Amino acid sequence: MKNVDYDLVIIGGGPAGLTAGLYAARARLKVILVEKIVVGGQIVISDWIENYPGFPEGLSGPDLVERLTEQAKRFGLNIENNAAVSVDLSDPVKTIVLNHRTVTTHTIIIATGASPKKLGVPGEETFYGKGISSCATCDAPFFKDRIVAAVGGGDTAVKESLFLTKFVQKVYLIHRRDRLRAEMILQERAFADEKIEIIWDSVLTGIKGLTHVENITVQNVKTKEEKTLSVDGCFIWVGEIPNTKFLADGVKLDKNGFIVANLNMETSVPGVFAAGDVRNTPLRQVATAVGDGAVAAFSAGHYIEKLKK
Amino acid sequence: MAKGIIEIGDSSFDSEVLQAEKPVLVDFWAPWCGPCRAIAPMVEELAEAFGDTVKFTKCNVDENPVTPTKYGIKSIPTLIFFKDGKVLDKIVGIVAKSRLQEMITNT
Repeated sequence: MKNVDYDLVIIGGGPAGLTAGLYAARARLKVILVEKIVVGGQIVISDWIENYPGFPEGLSGPDLVERLTEQAKRFGLNIENNAAVSVDLSDPVKTIVLNHRTVTTHTIIIATGASPKKLGVPGEETFYGKGISSCATCDAPFFKDRIVAAVGGGDTAVKESLFLTKFVQKVYLIHRRDRLRAEMILQERAFADEKIEIIWDSVLTGIKGLTHVENITVQNVKTKEEKTLSVDGCFIWVGEIPNTKFLADGVKLDKNGFIVANLNMETSVPGVFAAGDVRNTPLRQVATAVGDGAVAAFSAGHYIEKLKK
Repeated sequence: MAKGIIEIGDSSFDSEVLQAEKPVLVDFWAPWCGPCRAIAPMVEELAEAFGDTVKFTKCNVDENPVTPTKYGIKSIPTLIFFKDGKVLDKIVGIVAKSRLQEMITNT
């Protein structure tokens, strides 16, 4: 067998990557996890996670990250703060170009997750950090007793709108369809909350203000009627885009850019696995990400075992 | 508090930041902000590495409402890099350590 730096390189340190790291470390693989910003991924900005099994009262995103990281490190997982710039998957020994160094490995688990999608409406870039946000836990207290808008209808949009109501006077929840997509329990809470006014069948078309967000324009997709709402902030939760840029055309992606992987987390390239939000999965939750991570590490171990025979 | 990071507030902002001889990095944060907690270790590492040439400070926006309002902060973490009392650069949200390093070394 060729001499390579690692058995396994895990790219991305969210719940999927950390769990893959935990399993790989316990399997005594020669493994490294590479995280380009901070470990935890999107749950770092999650105020309260109440559907992750085993924590009946729920727990905060940062607390869960700390626990996951500590658990993985306890079994010797090496975590490096670095970014994957590009990969070469053409040879059985894969090459990953990181900042300042290049590594070779038998297997890769891609667990780079996804980032909040932007709408691309006028004013969105200009007012980012000046009233436009996708992080309620970071920014909600800045809008104490103010009126804000939230765009979206999925779990994140509804859950975070409910969190906003702890601070703000009112939330306009703008959704492009006539029904929400979020979990029923979240929908029930949103409908019961007097501070949330849902604006159905509508899309955000513009954000205006002098130095900060002052008002937004919203269009009803059925009647085409447009109206202006005075708000101090606008939170955008309209889905995710997968973080796959560094892969170029290395592995097969679906039409939305998510990595196509089977039940064993195998991608189109032997020895390359995908786990968590970056994968073409029907549900993007911490509970599903950790399951993906465990399976991906198991599959990587199995692949390496066959190589060594 | 981490080595080399000075806790500043509304009353000390003028003397500690605007009048400072060295360039100053101000990390606007709050205890309830998860991402602020997440980037704190990166700022601490940079303080260890660049503490000789740059002054590292942090400002709790809960206890000091005046300064964040003055600089139009509506989102944290926000990091502002000051030199001679003027804003040189500003970063909103979590970014890679390399971007933070770039902010304080590109001067």
